[in-house]
Amino acid sequence: MVNAGSELTGITAHEAQRLLSSGQVSSVELTEAVLKRVEAIEPQIHSYITVTSERALNAASEADEARANGKANGPLNGIPVMVKDNLSTEGVVTTAGSKMLFGYTPPYDAHVVEQLRLAGAVIIGKGNLDEFAMGSSTEHSAFDATRNPWDTSRVPGGSSGGPAAGVAAGECFVSLGSDTGGSIRQPAALCGVVGMKPTYGMVSRYGLIAFGSSLDQIGPFSRDVRDAADTLSVISGHDKRDSTSMVTSQQDFAGLLTGDISGIKLGVPREYLVNGMEPGVNAAFEKSLETLEGLGATLEEVSLPLTDQALAVYYIIAPSEASANLARYDGFKYGNAVNDVPTAWDVMDHTREQGFGAEVKRRILIGAYALSAGYYDAYYKKAQQVRTLIHREFASTFEKFDALVTPTSPTVAFKSGDRIDDPVAMYLSDVCTIPVNIAGLPAISVPGGISDDLPVGLQFIGPQMGDGTVLKVAHAYEQATEWHRLKPMI
Amino acid sequence: MADKLTADEVRHIAALTRLGLTEEEVETMRGHLSSILEVFESLRQVDTTNVEPAGHTTDIRTVLRSDEPGESLHRDTILENAPDSEAGYVKVRPILG
Repeated sequence: MVNAGSELTGITAHEAQRLLSSGQVSSVELTEAVLKRVEAIEPQIHSYITVTSERALNAASEADEARANGKANGPLNGIPVMVKDNLSTEGVVTTAGSKMLFGYTPPYDAHVVEQLRLAGAVIIGKGNLDEFAMGSSTEHSAFDATRNPWDTSRVPGGSSGGPAAGVAAGECFVSLGSDTGGSIRQPAALCGVVGMKPTYGMVSRYGLIAFGSSLDQIGPFSRDVRDAADTLSVISGHDKRDSTSMVTSQQDFAGLLTGDISGIKLGVPREYLVNGMEPGVNAAFEKSLETLEGLGATLEEVSLPLTDQALAVYYIIAPSEASANLARYDGFKYGNAVNDVPTAWDVMDHTREQGFGAEVKRRILIGAYALSAGYYDAYYKKAQQVRTLIHREFASTFEKFDALVTPTSPTVAFKSGDRIDDPVAMYLSDVCTIPVNIAGLPAISVPGGISDDLPVGLQFIGPQMGDGTVLKVAHAYEQATEWHRLKPMI
Repeated sequence: MADKLTADEVRHIAALTRLGLTEEEVETMRGHLSSILEVFESLRQVDTTNVEPAGHTTDIRTVLRSDEPGESLHRDTILENAPDSEAGYVKVRPILG
């Protein structure tokens, strides 16, 4: 299967690490191969907003030097990676896909970026996204939209479309995205790669440009589950700069990937098999369930009656938090300001009018409405009460099951432009992923079939702190199938 | 079924959030926001009597750290990103027109 670039840029990070360790290739050579690949296909894919070639080559030679001195430390040393452009990078422009932040250069690194650097990873550049991570198609980026490497007339999903397409197309080995309602798992499914949203609090959000703070979580994209496990080990762990960061030590997630899941109990929530699910996605899902049974897992149908309400809860809580988080963009402190107007009030009005795109404005308005006097009890408070009930529903389900298995997205990648003018249809893209964020759970999407020549994703959901369990089950499934080895012909 | 938002309501929220909208945008947003509000209607069916609201659902408690002075970002580095600054301060246009 020689596609997704040369043989070198299409392999997994752990395979590349083996080549580095045995001296068959240097990090500089690996980085040069990736940069060449990026240059060749970016005009078609556009998964990067910014490429930092010089910095990457410097980091690569430092990684080679560390290796020569016996100081190569761990699975990402010398490995080219991409980070979503809502993760702050010291000295490198960080836009969150918004005109509002054109030219903004953070004076500090996000926690996860620091962790990547400490691990010797080579950051190639910043990945494209829907503006402020709001969207499911990466069409809402203030920069050009990202295209799906399997079919460039289709969307890669979103909001982390750049990081997903980049891994699928051989433009990096691993990438980091953020997931507020599905923004890692849905694009992973649509691009045929692995994407994981860890338990809320597992990874520090310090330096992540905030969208919905009680829902946001950073996680990895990769070509197989082992790389996701290795990357999660690098980026997780306590950070005192995020008050919701869990006090846990860093764990060796890859050590849990035994391939043995016999006797494990998996629930199949019937509410996730929604109306509008494509027959090809359904067929792939049924086949995946057979594979899991063949591995000795026991499967049982389960009902989560509040699933439908989770979508409504999400579309109240996320915009409410967003309207508060995005109040900081006033045109005074940083970013792209309209300053040639008479008063400070005019600066705010004009900066926000011109800086934000339509989807961001829509969410700020809906959030402000849900929080406003007279509506707070009916919307925001009600949503938070239903959130408590959704949490309880999952908690009681996980008393009986080790994990749940569902499709990641009811459809394969849709055509660019198809849903851009219908926000509610776009929101339905995330119906299988949103409940997970409401309850703060870990979940992973792995390649789980092909329909209409496009990838289908399979999602595993675990209980809080069950990150190891979802990785273990996903890995066993992956190793029993060939779906993760398929690559787009680009 | 939620009542459709009026154009004045959209203008009012836009003013609260300091988002300038053209008349055309007010109309588009009115339609979009109304259809989103309809999605919210399903919540009315859920009985939430005596249910505590959840800000988030993990066991994390807000922790207070001890108030010890430490190193922070340098003022000049931060001001480099400000659209306008003077003598170590962010400079803004007049508040009173």
